[in-house]
Amino acid sequence: MNNPLQQYIDLYTGNPDMVQGNHGGALNQARDKALERLLEARRLPDRSDEGYAKTSVAEMFAPDYGINLQRHPVTVDLASSFHCGVPNLSTLMAVVAVDRFAPTRTLQQNLPQGVVVCSLAEGVRRYPGIADRYYNSLASRRGNAATDLNTLFTQDGVMIYVPDGVRLEKAIQIVQLFQGDSPRLAFRRILLVAGKDSRVAVLKCDHSHPDSADFLSSEVIEVIASEGSEVQFYDLEESAAATRRMSQMFARQDAGSKLTVAAATLFNGTTRNEFRIDCTGDHTATRLSGMAIGSRSQHIDNSSEVVHRGQHGHSDQLFKYVLDDEARGAFEGSIEVAEGSRFVEAYQSNRNVLASTGARMHTKPQLLIYNDDVKCSHGATTGQLDDRALFYMQTRGIPLDEARRMLMQAFMVDVVDTIALEPLRDRLRHMVERRFASADHLCDASCRQAE
Amino acid sequence: MNSDKNTNAGDIIQDVTSGDYKYGFVSDIDTEIIPVGLSEDVVRLISAKKHEPQWLLEFRLKAYRHWLTLTPPTWGHLKMPAIDFQAISYYAAPVKKEGPKSLDEVDPDILHTFDRLGIPLEEQKQLSGMAVDAVMDSVSVKTTHKEALAEKGIIFCSISEAVRDYPDLVKKYLGSVVSYKDNFYAALNSAVFSDGSFVYIPKGVRCPMELSTYFRINASGTGQFERTLIVADDDSYVSYLEGCTAPMRDENQLHAAIVEIVVEDRAEVKYSTVQNWYAGDREGRGGVYNLVTKRGLCRGDYSKLSWTQVETGSAITWKYPSCVLAGRGSTGEFYSVAVTRNYQQADTGTKMIHLAPDTRSTIVSKGISAGRSENSYRGLVKVTPAADRARNYTQCDSLLLGSHCGAHTFPYVDVMNPTATVEHEATTSKISEDQMFYCAQRGIPAEEAVGLIVNGYAKEVMNKLPMEFAVEAQRLLSLTLEGSIG
Repeated sequence: MNNPLQQYIDLYTGNPDMVQGNHGGALNQARDKALERLLEARRLPDRSDEGYAKTSVAEMFAPDYGINLQRHPVTVDLASSFHCGVPNLSTLMAVVAVDRFAPTRTLQQNLPQGVVVCSLAEGVRRYPGIADRYYNSLASRRGNAATDLNTLFTQDGVMIYVPDGVRLEKAIQIVQLFQGDSPRLAFRRILLVAGKDSRVAVLKCDHSHPDSADFLSSEVIEVIASEGSEVQFYDLEESAAATRRMSQMFARQDAGSKLTVAAATLFNGTTRNEFRIDCTGDHTATRLSGMAIGSRSQHIDNSSEVVHRGQHGHSDQLFKYVLDDEARGAFEGSIEVAEGSRFVEAYQSNRNVLASTGARMHTKPQLLIYNDDVKCSHGATTGQLDDRALFYMQTRGIPLDEARRMLMQAFMVDVVDTIALEPLRDRLRHMVERRFASADHLCDASCRQAE
Repeated sequence: MNSDKNTNAGDIIQDVTSGDYKYGFVSDIDTEIIPVGLSEDVVRLISAKKHEPQWLLEFRLKAYRHWLTLTPPTWGHLKMPAIDFQAISYYAAPVKKEGPKSLDEVDPDILHTFDRLGIPLEEQKQLSGMAVDAVMDSVSVKTTHKEALAEKGIIFCSISEAVRDYPDLVKKYLGSVVSYKDNFYAALNSAVFSDGSFVYIPKGVRCPMELSTYFRINASGTGQFERTLIVADDDSYVSYLEGCTAPMRDENQLHAAIVEIVVEDRAEVKYSTVQNWYAGDREGRGGVYNLVTKRGLCRGDYSKLSWTQVETGSAITWKYPSCVLAGRGSTGEFYSVAVTRNYQQADTGTKMIHLAPDTRSTIVSKGISAGRSENSYRGLVKVTPAADRARNYTQCDSLLLGSHCGAHTFPYVDVMNPTATVEHEATTSKISEDQMFYCAQRGIPAEEAVGLIVNGYAKEVMNKLPMEFAVEAQRLLSLTLEGSIG
């Protein structure tokens, strides 16, 4: 198969005005460099590349998708038709329809003074100070060809800025939607900047309608956690079997910052999530977790990289998978402790359950340690549910199916528990329960009540 | 009492500091070296010098032609300068006046070399109970204990002899576990291997003594490409030891060996290595590039293969002794201690390929890095769909001595069977301050305490070594680490 990168480069070089269209500033400035690097790379990563053993980015981008280069308005009644069912969690919600930002009224009315949650295209114009300084600052350094491709085409997205010392009470919720009956590719982008000693929690939900056309979401998320800030980022995916997702998160943690990232993949087609977290300051705390529940032919690939460059850093990674039917799971994670970065404690754990003969799991936890004064460990297991526990439950009159469900739920509890927002935690626990109860698409029940 | 002990320890340390690498001497032995470079003619020349049959020459040529299509692997966590494969002589053999008929006829210089290495080559050392095949600059010099082994029907000889005397066996098994297509260095070895050991243990025979090979690179500007082939037939047992040393030289020498092991029904093979090739000097000049392919095929049901390695030498180590568990209920084991210091780099580990039901594997890897060295564990555990109830346990620990060294872990785990249980654990830390403090309290100097703690840390692996090696390996470990703390 030919590497599909060239067709995208041709598309861009053929229509630069259209892509650059209405967007000035940082978005366009980053494109030249990205193009330069793409011309050099000449290809998107595929399975022959180290780190992409199970998921080929090239293959994801190969089909012919429609890209909304001309910024045609997306005709869906979003704010009214969509309702994410996390009870007791009143959020500041915004919607990204395919790749277009649409705020809700509550968001506009309730945003505290100085806090920015807006369309990226608009943000780049209105807040050039923030955009110039932070946009693409992490992605260009740590990214690869897939990142550069996103940078090349991104026209909109979400910009979140929390000024120094502001502690947001309400969580910001971003709902990313795919709708339509023709194949589409969306280049999505989130820039989250948390000022000194600020606090912010972001919940992102990806949805695509079941039985919908082929969609591909190319997503780059940049998170800057300034000194002493507290950032939570939750990423929930419930999309259809025909949806592909290539998501890359780049985070930078300054001294004393706390970052919690949790990703849950409940329904999906093919998903590749990358988390690259740089702990540049001293005394950082990082918690990264992931949960994947796969059945049918779901493909879930998480890749993490936590790099410690400061002293006294602490990081904890936990990834758990339950795979049934023909589901494919992959996890490649690494901890790197740079030379001179002392007193670091970094842990990583990956636990997987294979529930059927067709399911496959690939695991590659890695440690790269360049310093002696550290405590680091990783553990990985792949196995099945405990026969004795199942037997015990059956002797107590619990049917085998239910016993299996209960054990699988229990298995996921510690990932759910990493979520600091209590209503969300409760809700996710409930969603996990329902997810195991049926392999059917959940969205109808939990998120689209109003539809 | 205490001071006595200290003096003793002092002696040992003195012993080492005065001559960092005690095997670093060069023996002045007439050596026949063919001109540097590699071409089809060189392959033919090696084959001709060894009076090989046509099929073996063809095997070599096939491998050579395949090698030409390959490029050296770059995925290792290693900084390796490009090797000029045309600057190496691919054949260096001690000149023989005539084939030695008894020990008296073996070149006394060679015997002296082995004396200094402490190899029980001489008959008087038969009491030590080892059968030794010594390979010097790739040609097997002398195999001891042949008669005693022959009584049991065990074949233990150099691979050239085996080609001559047991062509059917060699033809059947050579390249059956490590194909010449396997990787760059395997292809190179298949094309130019000059000698090595061949072992065949017949059905139901328990080899009465440890079999041992000692490898030594002596001549400068040469590479060593030996090949070991071990076949354990049904219900047999053998324990095989391998040791390696090389002189100190400023240049880098290449060692690209292949070890193939075939284990039949209910047979057991234990393969132990103490690798102490010259590691280069304090500034990282010179040293051996140890790029080795080792693999065993547990072909028979309930067969067992156990690798034990103590890696202290080599400037660069790139080796992954592997087990292919193809027989039902077969077992693979890998125990490793790898020590790196100064500018040494090691990327080593294992592969456990579970192909059959009820197969089990255990991996215990202990890495110790000091100085500015880089020590990586890289391993694969693969459970294929047919391997029901397969079981793996992996434990990789790294110990760091000093803040400029690196310890890395790259385990790959692929599970395609839901009834399999695979566990992996890895930790990285420095020597516990509590333990050091305790030792200091008891009057044990820091240096000695490190040796003590490290030996304790590596005990789990050391225990798997045969007695003769365990003592040497333990001493080697302490000595290697001397001067590493600070």
